[in-house]
Formats: sequence, C-alpha cells, structure tokens
Amino acid sequence: MKNAQVMSAENDQHKKDKQEGRRDFLKQSSAMMALALTPPLVIKAAAHDEAIAGIFEKMPVNMEINGRKMQLSVEPRTTLLDLLREQLALTGTKKGCDHGQCGACTVHVNGRRINSCLTLAVMQEGNQVTTIEGIANGDQLHPIQEAFIKHDGFQCGYCTPGQIMSAVACIREGHADSPEQIREFMSGNICRCGAYDNIVNAIVDVKSGGKTV
Amino acid sequence: MNQFSYVRPANLKAAIDAVAKDKSARFIAGGTNLLDLMKSGVVTSEKLVDINRLPLKDIQLNQGTLHIGALVLNSDLAAHDLVKTHHPLLSQALLAGASQQLRNMATVGGNMMQRTRCTYFYDTTMPCNKRTPNSGCGAIGGINRMHAIFGASDNCIAVHPSDMCVALAALDTTVLVTGPKGDRRIPFTDFHRLPGNTPQLDNNLGKGELITAVEIPANHFTKNVYYLKVRDRASYAFALVSVAAALDIRDGVIHEARLAMGGVAHKPWRLPDAEKALAGKAPTAENFRIAAGVATQSAKAYKHNMFKPALALNSIQTALQKAASV
Repeated sequence: MKNAQVMSAENDQHKKDKQEGRRDFLKQSSAMMALALTPPLVIKAAAHDEAIAGIFEKMPVNMEINGRKMQLSVEPRTTLLDLLREQLALTGTKKGCDHGQCGACTVHVNGRRINSCLTLAVMQEGNQVTTIEGIANGDQLHPIQEAFIKHDGFQCGYCTPGQIMSAVACIREGHADSPEQIREFMSGNICRCGAYDNIVNAIVDVKSGGKTV
Repeated sequence: MNQFSYVRPANLKAAIDAVAKDKSARFIAGGTNLLDLMKSGVVTSEKLVDINRLPLKDIQLNQGTLHIGALVLNSDLAAHDLVKTHHPLLSQALLAGASQQLRNMATVGGNMMQRTRCTYFYDTTMPCNKRTPNSGCGAIGGINRMHAIFGASDNCIAVHPSDMCVALAALDTTVLVTGPKGDRRIPFTDFHRLPGNTPQLDNNLGKGELITAVEIPANHFTKNVYYLKVRDRASYAFALVSVAAALDIRDGVIHEARLAMGGVAHKPWRLPDAEKALAGKAPTAENFRIAAGVATQSAKAYKHNMFKPALALNSIQTALQKAASV
C-alpha cells in the first residue's frame, strides 16, 4: 500500500505532467506492464506463504526531497535512484549503468553529490535529497542550467541531469578553479555524445561569472 | 538484487552481534562496492547491517600518530588538513581513486574491504575460484590484461583495486579491528592476503570483525612524495599499475624510502628490497633505475599483461623522479 504522502507526491507530479501526454502514457503503461509481467505464481505464493510474503515487506523511511518532507515506505533493496524514479516519479534523475560507472544518477544528499544508484533508500533516513527537479527557482533556471543551454553542453541529453548536479557541486566544493581541475572533478560523469568541451566551458562561464550557485 | 532484511544497530556491539550471529549477514557502509556486487549476483547477502551511524568518523593526531576512523569518507580524508600536512601521499592516492561522487560515499574501512574488479569474478557465468571456490580461474587462460604480476597463484591472478590502500601500505599503517573476541591491531601489510589456495579470502578479518580505524605513525614523508597512477583514461579508471613513492631526503641523501604498488597483486604490494636499495643513496636517475630493477625482478606476466613488468619498472622510476623533484 502506498501511503498518503507518496500518493500526494505522485498526484502533484501528475498535474505537472498533464500537458506531457507521452510521458504520462509511458508511466501508466509501464506500471500496468510491470503488473502484467509479475508471474502469477509469485503473487500467489506471496499471498499464502508467510516466508515469501516477508520478503516483500517494506520499511518506513523519512526524507526531505527537494525541500519537501516525505514519509515513505520502501523495500530494503530499493536504491535511492529507484525510489526517486519509480515511486516518486522524479524521472529527471537518470539510470545509465546502474553500477556507479556513469554518473547519470548523480543527486545531492545533505549538500554532497553522490551516485543514487549505489545507495539504499533506507540508508538515507533523515537526509535531505536534491534532484535535478529541485535546483531551478520556480521558472527561473539555475545558472548552470542556463550555461549548459548557452554553451550547448549536451547532445542527446541523457547524461545532462547528472552532469548539471555534478557541475553545481563541483563549483560549490571549490573544484572548478581551472579547466584541468574541472575535467578531473567531473570525471565521474560520462557523456557518450562527447560534449565534454562545452560542459567545461559552461562550468568555467558560471564560475568566472561569480554567480551564487 | 536478492531480497534482504536491513537493520541499523545503535552501537558497535549490536552491529558486531548482528553479523557474528548470522551466517549471511554483512556490514554495509558506503555500499558503493557491495551493492554493485549484489546487483551482479556476485554477493547474495540476506541481511545488511548498516554501520553508517556508528561513531567511527574521527580524525585525530595523538602524539604524532594520525588516527582515522573507519567511517571517514574518502573525500573528507583527502581534503583534511592533517592528512594534507602530515601524509600528502595518502591525499594524492585518495584523489586518484574513483570519482568525487563515489569518494563522497566510500569510507576508509569500505575501501579496504572492496573486492577485485576482475571481470571473471563479476561474471557469474564464468569460473572463478574467488567467487566460487574450486570452480577454476577464468582469467589465467582468458583475457588477463588487468591482472597480477606479483604474488599470484595457480588459483587466482586477480588484483586489489584500491589506491588508498597502496599509500596506507607504504606509510606503515596499523589497522584497528574489533569483533566478538575483542580488539586487535593488524599491520596494514598483513591485513590483505595473497590468493594461495584460498583466493576467496581477501583479508584476515574473522566473521563479525569490524575495522574501527587505521593509524599512521609519524614519519618524515611530508614533502618528497608522489602517487603515480597509470590507467586507460586520464581519470576515473582502475590502475594498470600505480606507484606510491615517498622519500626522506636529507643533505642530498635518501635517508629512508617507501615504495608500494597497486594494480599488480592480490594485495597492496610493498617493495621492501627496492626501499633498501635506495637507503643511503643519492636521489639520482641511475639509483632510481637500479631500485626499479630490484622491485620488478620477480614479476611474472601472463598472455595479455606482458607489458606490465616494463610499465611497472618505468612507473617506479617516474614516481621516484617526481617525488625527488617536488
């Protein structure tokens, strides 16, 4: 059972997505697909066998996500990435490799960038999580978002949310003093389109512009 | 990932009990390697014991000895003033490893406990004596470009992937451990094992034993140090070979030298004979060449890593040269 907070978060997201018919359709249909593909035997066993039912048990976890306090309920094996994408419909954070090798899933936890694919949601009890959905100020883009557009810091865009979350942290950490240092401290974010030069230029621009990030 | 139960014990004793009394239970700290292994089906633990909230995050200098709690994050340790001042080699090695995101998650203890990145260990369809004892070794007759040139056995030629551990080995670190039978101290170079006939054992920890801290004794390696990492791309890749070099140079003479390598053995590979060869000598290219020769004379390569002994030889000379010319 989803609790009220989760439902309300999903409803909010739902409203936002109203104009985006395609995304909406994909989310609904993939949920129905998942249900349809769950082997009937597993469902049956879960209902009748306590031992197997036990493994589906969820745990409560409290988190503040993009400034909103949330009481959630997750299976222990749910990664923070899967919680964000599958349960909270915050699909801006991308699943690239799911093994900590690409950086597409980068989010901030208590102000520090991490790979959300390699941490369990239950381990983040009481923590503040910021995703790509949480860095703009209303309709006003974050300076790094603006700079990525200005400098063409992407092609396909799949790595971009992770690149942006990493870039914001890179500047805040004080690791953006030179193009060389930026390259080193952005190396955990892979861009297979090869937009690296433009990404570095975007970060240099924001850093040298002196804007608060 | 298989399903598992999750507990977050309130204190050290409860955490140790939880792992000591349950065959399938494991500690989880940063999780950057363990969850990766569980997703790949290499590890199938039924209980994870979260130790992240335990009070093992202190960094203190006590009469010259630097005490580092096992849960200090790799990023925090690399940036810590006491580390940068007293043990810059460790800071360099930490920053050569992983990415900033991973360093923000990975702990000191977890870094020491990470498993090899041998592709045959990760691929559950392949034989691997480390993953499944007595199933054979896929790497010995397979693609072994990343593999060991020192201390390997007929059962396993995997290498330990850590950079941090190479520096800790060079710095004569001690590992502080606690467990069901009490506390003990293990010299860093005795913590990890060579594969021998038991490649499934990476280290000498007993069931339920937990690393609580590492301690680095005072030394004179605060200036002439260098961590050289040679890899397939400029950053964010495991080492083909790495070298931690530390020199205590006084009046143009090497008073003491420390050398250790990564990416070449089942454990961080300290080079005591090469260190002895450097002691009392001038820091010259010729002496560095001789020491590198001593360090690599027992190297044994396999089909795809024939380049490694020469790469190791050259890397040791380069690291020593860089350390001397700081």
